[in-house]
Amino acid sequence: MAQTAAAPAHAAAHRMIGRLLPLAGFAALVALLYLGFTLRDPTLLPSALIAQPFPRFDLPILGGGGRRATEADLQGAPRLVNVWATWCPTCLAEHAELTRIGAETGLSIIGINYKDDAAKAIAWLVRHGDPYQFNVVDADGDLGVELGVYGAPETFLVDAAGIIRHKRVGEVNRAVWENEIAPAWRNLAATP
Amino acid sequence: MIVELGHFAAILALLMAAGLAGTGFLAATNPAWRGLTQALALGQLALVALSFAVLVAAFVGNDFSVAYVAQNSNSALPWHYRVSATWGAHEGSFLLWTLIAAGWTAAVSVAGRQLPSEVHGRALGVLGALNAAFLLFLLSASNPFERLLPAPPTDGADLNPLLQDFGLIVHPPLLYIGYVGLAVAFAFAAAALLAGRLDAAWARWTRPWTNVAWAFLTCGIALGSWWAYYELGWGGWWFWDPVENASFMPWLAATALIHSLAVTEKRGAFKAWTAFLALTAFSLALLGAFIVRSGVLTSVHAFATDPERGVFLLIILALAVGGAFALYAARAPSIGSRATYDGISRELLLLANNAILTLALAVVLLGTLYPLAYEAATGGDKISVGPPYFNRVFVPLMLLLAAGLAIAPISRWKRTPLKLFQKAGWMLLAAAAIGVAAPLAFAGALKAGAAAAAALGTWVAVVLAADCWRHRGALTRSYLGMAMAHLGFAVSLVGIGATSQFSSALDARLAVGEAVELNGVAYRFASLTQVDGPNYTAERGTFTTDAGVTLHAEKRHYAASGQVMTEAGIAAGFFRDLYVTLGERLPDGSWAVRLNDKPLVRWVWLGALLMAGGGILAVMDPRYRRVRVRARSSRADVAPVPQAAQSGG
Repeated sequence: MAQTAAAPAHAAAHRMIGRLLPLAGFAALVALLYLGFTLRDPTLLPSALIAQPFPRFDLPILGGGGRRATEADLQGAPRLVNVWATWCPTCLAEHAELTRIGAETGLSIIGINYKDDAAKAIAWLVRHGDPYQFNVVDADGDLGVELGVYGAPETFLVDAAGIIRHKRVGEVNRAVWENEIAPAWRNLAATP
Repeated sequence: MIVELGHFAAILALLMAAGLAGTGFLAATNPAWRGLTQALALGQLALVALSFAVLVAAFVGNDFSVAYVAQNSNSALPWHYRVSATWGAHEGSFLLWTLIAAGWTAAVSVAGRQLPSEVHGRALGVLGALNAAFLLFLLSASNPFERLLPAPPTDGADLNPLLQDFGLIVHPPLLYIGYVGLAVAFAFAAAALLAGRLDAAWARWTRPWTNVAWAFLTCGIALGSWWAYYELGWGGWWFWDPVENASFMPWLAATALIHSLAVTEKRGAFKAWTAFLALTAFSLALLGAFIVRSGVLTSVHAFATDPERGVFLLIILALAVGGAFALYAARAPSIGSRATYDGISRELLLLANNAILTLALAVVLLGTLYPLAYEAATGGDKISVGPPYFNRVFVPLMLLLAAGLAIAPISRWKRTPLKLFQKAGWMLLAAAAIGVAAPLAFAGALKAGAAAAAALGTWVAVVLAADCWRHRGALTRSYLGMAMAHLGFAVSLVGIGATSQFSSALDARLAVGEAVELNGVAYRFASLTQVDGPNYTAERGTFTTDAGVTLHAEKRHYAASGQVMTEAGIAAGFFRDLYVTLGERLPDGSWAVRLNDKPLVRWVWLGALLMAGGGILAVMDPRYRRVRVRARSSRADVAPVPQAAQSGG
C-alpha cells in the first residue's frame, strides 16, 4: 500500500479547490464574527423561549440547608427570574434596580445563582442586600443551558402559570424596567 | 510630561514598524537594505520598550492623572502588583503584546542574519506590517496614555482583587510570548510562500522558533489553569470557557505544526500542510485576541468591551489571515511533495497525530463559535455549549493521541518492520494491568476514563524509557526533548484522568473546634483569626488534619473596591491536594466550609512543564545552530536529508 503525497497532474484543479478551502472557510468565519458582532442586539427578544413553560428543574435553595425548589415553586403569581453570579460585574450593576423593583413594585424576584460558589454568593447577598424571595443554586449551569443562558445577567418574566413571557439579556436598569419589563408585567395583569 | 514621552515613543515605533514592513520586502531582493531593516527592527523594540517602561513608571508612581492607571491601580496596592497592574486590563496588556511582538521581530532580525535575504527580508517585512497594525490599534483604539485632566482623581479604583496575585504577574507575559511567537512561524511561512522556497531548509529555520513559542504558550496555559484552580476557590482547573479555548486552539495548532515540521524537515513531505498549519496557528492566536478583546463571546474573563475595538481587530484579523490564506491558495498548488512511505511508518504516525490534533482543534473551534453561529442563524436565540460537549468529544481524541504517541518514538521513517512493535505490545499489556491496578489500590475503585488514562500514560512512559535505554550513550538533545515532552503529555494525561474522576468535595457547616471527615482525612477547624494585609483585611480560618497538615483559608475584604475574595487553603502534594475554602459565617456563628480532595491534580501542570521543558531542550540541539545557507537550488523539492536513527520527531 504505497502512498504518495504527490497527486497526479490531472488532479491539479481539485488541489486548487483544496487550497482555496482555508480562504473560503476563513471568509465565512469573518462574516460570522462580523454578524455576531454588529447584529448582536442584546435587547432583542429571543423567540424560542417566549410563551414556553419554564424549564423543569430540581435544585437546592441557596443557604436553604438542603431544601430544594422546582419549577412548581414559580407558579401562583408572576415572578421575575434573575440569573446572576458573583463573578459577573453587570449583576452588581443591576442589583440596586432589582432591589428597588422588589421593594417598590411588589413583583417577587427569584434568583438563579449561576455557575457560582455558594459561599461566595451568600456573602455577596449579605454585602449588597438580598432582593430575592429565594435563590436556587445552578452550580453546573444545567438550568442555564435549559434556559439558553448566554452570560449572566439574564432576567425572565414568568407568569402565574409558569409560562415565560419576556426575556431580557443583560442589565436591568430603570429604563429597561420602565420600557420593557413593567409593560410586559402590566400585560399579564390585563390578560389573565 | 513623561507619560506623553511614552505616547510619543509609541507613535515613533509605529512609524518604524511601517518602515520595517517596507524595507524588509526591499531587502528581500536588494541586500543593501538589510542594514536599515535591522536598525528599524531594533529601534522599534527600543521605542516600544521605552513606551512600556513609561506606563510601568506611571503605575509605580501612582500617577492617577492617567486614566488607565486610575482605573486599574490604587495607592495602597503593593508595588509588585502596581507593576503587574500595567497589564491588568485591555490597554496595558495590549501594549505588552506589542512589546513582545517587537521583541520577537528584533530577535528574528538578529538571529536570522544567516538566512537567505529573500526569506529573511520578507519575514521581517511581514512582522513589521503586523507590528504596525498592532501599534495603530493601540494608539487609535486602546491608548493607555490618555490623561484625566484637568481634574485627576486623588486615588485609583484599584486592581481587580482576582488579579492581585502572582499568577497574574507571570500568566499574561508567558501567554503573549507564546501567542506572538507564533507570528514568527507565520512570517516564515508567508515569506517562504512568497519566495517560492517552501523546502526542508525552511522547516529547519522554523522549528526552533516554533518550539520556543509553543513552550511559552504551554507554560502560559498551564499557569492560567493553576491560577484558576487556587484563585477562583472552587477547585476546578479548566472550564472550557471561550477565553481558555482561545488560548488552547493556537496551542493545538502549534502542537500539530511542531510534528508536521519534523516530517517536512526530515522527509520533505507535508510541505503545503505544514505551511498551512504555520499560518493557522498564529491566525488562531489573532482570533483569540479578537474573541477576548471584542466582547463577541461572553466569558468570565473577557475584557471590558468596546465595539470600535472589535471592528478594528476584525479588520486586522481579516487582512492578516485573509492575506495569508490568499497567498497560500495562490502558491501552495505549485508545491509538490515526493516522499513515499509504506505501512506503519513514522510519517504515517505523524500524519495520524496531525489528523487527531486538527480534529480536536475543530471540535474546540466548533464548540466555541457554535453559540455565535446559532445566534446569527436564528436571529437572536442564544445557547451555551458546556463542558459535557467538550469532554465527551475531546477526551477520546486525546486517548487516541496517546495510543499513537506511545509507539511513535520506536517507529522508523519510510517503513517500520512490525517486529519492532512486538515489545511495545507486551508493554501495553503490562501498562494496562497497572492502569487497572493503580486506581484500585489507591482509590479502591475502578473508573474507565481514569484507568484508560493511567494505562496509556504508563505505556507511553515505559516505551520511552525502554527506547532511551536502548539508545543510551547516543541520545541527542532533540531526542531527549521529544522524550521529555511526550513524558509530560503522559503525566498530564494520568493527572487529568485521576483528578477528574476521583476528586471528592464536601460542603460542611463547621464551628471552631469541630471536625469533619472527607475521604478518610479528618479536618479540624482549629482557629479563626483576624489578619491585616497591605490593602485588605481578612478572616483566616486555620484547619488541621489528623495527619498534621495545616491549611489556612482566608476571606479577604478589599477596602478600595469593596470586593470580597476567598483565598483557598491548599496543602499541595505530589499525590493529592487538600483544598479548603472558607464560605460565609452562618447565623449561629459556625461557618460554611467547602473541602476538596484532589488526587494527582499537580500532575496536570507538572506534565505541562515537562512538555515545555522538552520543547526548549530540543531547540538546544546543536544542529539548529548550524544554519546552512543553501544556494537557491531546486526550489521546493529538496531531497530528503539523510537522517540519523535518533531524530527527535
